Amino acid sequence: MSRCRTAGIGLALGVLLVGGCSVLAGGCSRTTVKVDGSSTVQPITDAVGEVFHDARPDIHVIGGRSGTSGGFEKFGNGEIDICNASRPISDEEKEACAANGIEYVSFEIAFDGLSVCVNPKNTWCDCLSVEQLKAIWQPESAVSNWSDLDPAWPDEKIKLYGAGTDSGTFDYFTEAIVGEKRKSRGDYTQSEDDNVLVTGVAGGQYSLGYFGLAYYENNHEKLKLLGIDPGDGNCVKPSQETVRANTYRPLSRPLFIYVRKSSLERPEVRAFVEFYLQNVDDVVVRAGYVPAPEETYGENLELLKNTLSSLKPGV
Amino acid sequence: MSQTAFETTAYSRRRARMSQAFSVLCLAATSLGVLVLILLIWEILWQGLPWLNARLLTSFPSMYPEKAGIAAALVSSLWLITLTALFSVPIGVGAAVYLEEYAQASRWRSLVQLNIANLAGVPSIVYGILGLGLFVRALALQRSILAGSLTLTLVVLPIVILAAQESLRAVPNSIRQASFALGATRWQTVWHQVLPAATPGIMTGVILAISRAMGEAAPLVAMGAAATFITFIPLSPIDEFSALPVQIYDWASRPQPEYHHVAAAAIVVLLTVLILLNATAVYVRYRYGKRIRW
Repeated sequence: MSRCRTAGIGLALGVLLVGGCSVLAGGCSRTTVKVDGSSTVQPITDAVGEVFHDARPDIHVIGGRSGTSGGFEKFGNGEIDICNASRPISDEEKEACAANGIEYVSFEIAFDGLSVCVNPKNTWCDCLSVEQLKAIWQPESAVSNWSDLDPAWPDEKIKLYGAGTDSGTFDYFTEAIVGEKRKSRGDYTQSEDDNVLVTGVAGGQYSLGYFGLAYYENNHEKLKLLGIDPGDGNCVKPSQETVRANTYRPLSRPLFIYVRKSSLERPEVRAFVEFYLQNVDDVVVRAGYVPAPEETYGENLELLKNTLSSLKPGV
Repeated sequence: MSQTAFETTAYSRRRARMSQAFSVLCLAATSLGVLVLILLIWEILWQGLPWLNARLLTSFPSMYPEKAGIAAALVSSLWLITLTALFSVPIGVGAAVYLEEYAQASRWRSLVQLNIANLAGVPSIVYGILGLGLFVRALALQRSILAGSLTLTLVVLPIVILAAQESLRAVPNSIRQASFALGATRWQTVWHQVLPAATPGIMTGVILAISRAMGEAAPLVAMGAAATFITFIPLSPIDEFSALPVQIYDWASRPQPEYHHVAAAAIVVLLTVLILLNATAVYVRYRYGKRIRW
């Protein structure tokens, strides 16, 4: 009886492990393209992957969200074909790629505006200059109350909400505003989830926070969007138009995909990247971002063509 | 005893009041817990129920919230807990039997015991980093269900061991001695007497540990293992996979409010599976508990 049961469990285990495919054969014969990286870029890549799968049901795109740094770490290790990135690759990450013999090509696929928002009950502030934002966010900032920025403003403490330190958003914001990457005051509410920041800013009259433009657009009735003055006296609010025209500065940033060159030798990766660059404009707005300028798409396709022909003469 | 003057003094009235106040305090603590749970479930049901339908269960992630589904994530999660149970039960129960029935009290034993207790308190994300280095990279299992469930096994193993030890300890020593007295070996005693008696407790511990494994997102995210976008249902343990909590986290952090509803509906599914697992634990405890007759 018990021997029978043991044999049964063993058999079940065997079936489970072998499943539809063989462990020894090194995997199923499924054709996949592996993507990981920035959780900001991920919705765009997922959307392209979805449309692509409709066109090519034989190819499966698998997407993850380890963050830009996590993605580059795996990319440099040769574990993925494509890395989603909300910032350009860093020098250390370049070295890791070089050390493992990984060559890559990068494409600018969309823009994201970082919005600075306050509570709708905030009647005094419509615009902040980069100088003022720097005064607020730099390490050991002397700004604690609104009145520290402008004596006419209320003598109430500014409640700050911002990106968590693991996100590309944090890297980008600190570099653009404070002037040095990853330098920021620490006494603010941090979250990797922008919805948490939205809730925080919407919940207090004296709060201020920064997060992706899409989060403002989906919650515009709960928030008040601030214009940013880059230093020339012109206040510009982020919108599809101002981000695309690059008049919303310095808080609009390009988003990238990094593609491993040797992966492009595989027809499925080539097909996906080609499809990506041709169709990304159609999904970018839906995913909450701003399409890159028209000419970028032409340049991307040109770059892909040149990369492919450098891999195999005649492709 | 008859009523004495002493019992009606102010002191005793104060004692009675204190006693009553304490019971009210305890009731308040209990109700607070229950109330939060009800609020939580109410909120999830209110947000998620309208989005809970067959389409959710049969489709893959999508850029259109109304088309998005958890087919891959649900199957992946079932794979994960099945394999995690297969790995963690033999190892966990084996370790517990060794520590309780075989190991002599020694410095070595207390060292192991201390380590297991400490491991049970290690944040699961740490196991994720270990899993990335060990299973994904060193053992080259890549981002497979196998790598994911081995990592989850590490997360729940200390819990399984501790629960199994607790149930083994609850078996009266007289049973072991009676078995030895009849000439049974230690193996026969453990296999035919101690383990059957401890089974309900062990099963309860295992199922609670598996429920925990099912709800874990952090280690799978740290491993970079569970995908948030996937267009197939994993059919073997070496396939890439997704996982319900990871998928829920992804949708909940999207800007579009519709995704928050999809996330809530997925949470309803996750809760349903967890409740089913816990109900199984209760049933097993009830059924096996009745069987034991000494």
